[in-house]
Amino acid sequence: MQLFMYILLGFLLVCAISVSLSKNLLNSILVYMSYSLVMSIIWILLESPDLAITEAAVGAGVTSVLFFVTLKKIHAIMKAEEKEGEKKDE
Amino acid sequence: MNLGNLFNNYGEAVAMILFGIGFSNLLLQKNLIKKIIGLNIMDTAMYLFLALKGFIGGRKAPIVTDGVQSVEAYINPIPSGLVLTGIVVSVSVTALMLSLTIRLYRRYHTLDLDEISTRLRKEGL
Amino acid sequence: MSKKVSQEKYEKTRSYRMKQWFDGTRDPFLNTVEMKPQKAFSEDKETLERRAEDRKELRERIYDTAGNTEVRVFRKFYRVASVLFCICLVVMLLAAVSGLPAFGNPGNPVNNEVAARYIENGLQETGAVNIVTGMILDYRAFDTLGESHVLFIATCTVLILLRLDKSKKGSHGIGYEAEEDRIYEPKNDVILQTVARILVPPIVIFGIYVILGGHLGPGGGFSGGAVIGAGLILYVNAFGFAKTERFFHEKTYKRLSFCALACYALAKSYSFYTGANHIESMIPLGTPGAILSSGLILILNICVGLVVAGTMYTFYVMFRKGAY
Repeated sequence: MQLFMYILLGFLLVCAISVSLSKNLLNSILVYMSYSLVMSIIWILLESPDLAITEAAVGAGVTSVLFFVTLKKIHAIMKAEEKEGEKKDE
Repeated sequence: MNLGNLFNNYGEAVAMILFGIGFSNLLLQKNLIKKIIGLNIMDTAMYLFLALKGFIGGRKAPIVTDGVQSVEAYINPIPSGLVLTGIVVSVSVTALMLSLTIRLYRRYHTLDLDEISTRLRKEGL
Repeated sequence: MSKKVSQEKYEKTRSYRMKQWFDGTRDPFLNTVEMKPQKAFSEDKETLERRAEDRKELRERIYDTAGNTEVRVFRKFYRVASVLFCICLVVMLLAAVSGLPAFGNPGNPVNNEVAARYIENGLQETGAVNIVTGMILDYRAFDTLGESHVLFIATCTVLILLRLDKSKKGSHGIGYEAEEDRIYEPKNDVILQTVARILVPPIVIFGIYVILGGHLGPGGGFSGGAVIGAGLILYVNAFGFAKTERFFHEKTYKRLSFCALACYALAKSYSFYTGANHIESMIPLGTPGAILSSGLILILNICVGLVVAGTMYTFYVMFRKGAY
């Protein structure tokens, strides 16, 4: 159990660093989604099932979907203006 | 600074390092959306820290089973309740900031915060 | 005048001209020095344009941050300083962590008599089997009320920020956004619709189960509300807005959230009266383990769950379309 906890915490650190260093916005939002999911599993290991359900539904669900919809809004306006391929990094 | 104790509290140490990573995202990134992700990482790191304070080794989740109601059988339920409120507030704040980002983009057509503040100053606001 | 001279003779002398110049009645240069004829002051269009261009170029050069050396130096310094600051912050926090009591120790100062009271008397005083739910909806119900209000205010603000005018045409009206949205909406995507038909009913039923079983097992209002909200978002994605607006439109959401919040606030206000007059609360607690137990916790769970579900769905719709 200790080893599993170590692996999960290490995964959290790797996800957080990869979010800051990635150049593509879509990739960083996907990595954030997996960060949220691993956080939810850690809360099960810490014996708080309420938090785990809430974080799984809210973090990996609603917040990530809102991020994706924001990305779509930004690209959509850019596409109407420039009518070229999508630029996802800035 | 007791290094032995630091390795014993490895969970809290990871929570503090995540807080630092999230905060540096907030300061150093130029893209607005990455700043918002950094704020979210800071939030979840603090919830991890709080939940770790309530854990007691060898005891179960605070749901009364078989009528056992002694203190020895369950973990501390209080930090769990605090974090539950916090998660919902975090999603509200994220939604608010994302809608502000959409409005900023419609007006200035860029996501770079330096550009936006430069243009604000040029327009004399 | 010492010598008596006639006025005409005096007017030709130099001292008279000096006196006039001194008094300011005569200009010595007028009609004596050759000058060009004066025209009225007018600018032609070229100088006007050139002046406007100069002003614009000057402005751009002032606010040009890319080429300005001072700004570039400051930005580099800012990056180095913020990295150093973050490292100092993390080191200080780690030093604080190393002074904390050991992790998972039952003798920590955190596990004091408050937690003992909640665990030992929780079932008898609140009637809830799940101690955490009993705590946040009975012992500390005002915190949850405040949090529901935070959700409500966030929804109001998102509605204000992202609402599009129904009458305006062009890129800021609702017609434009709806058109843009229709490009991205799946037109009868077979995989999505089949999977949604299979998945959405279990998701909604699971959400209702989590809400209703909040005092018997893990879960509660927030978790169940978020699950139902996610199910509704999947439904909207698969079947389009027209079908969803048959049962969930703006009036529904407004009435729902207002009634749920008012119900919550009124339901817990009895404690003002009973607490001040030292009366025991007369709400029946029922048998622990049954669904209809634990007094008001079931009603409060349902209220909070409905508010959260409506809020999540409203966020999604406002982000996509700008109006209901």
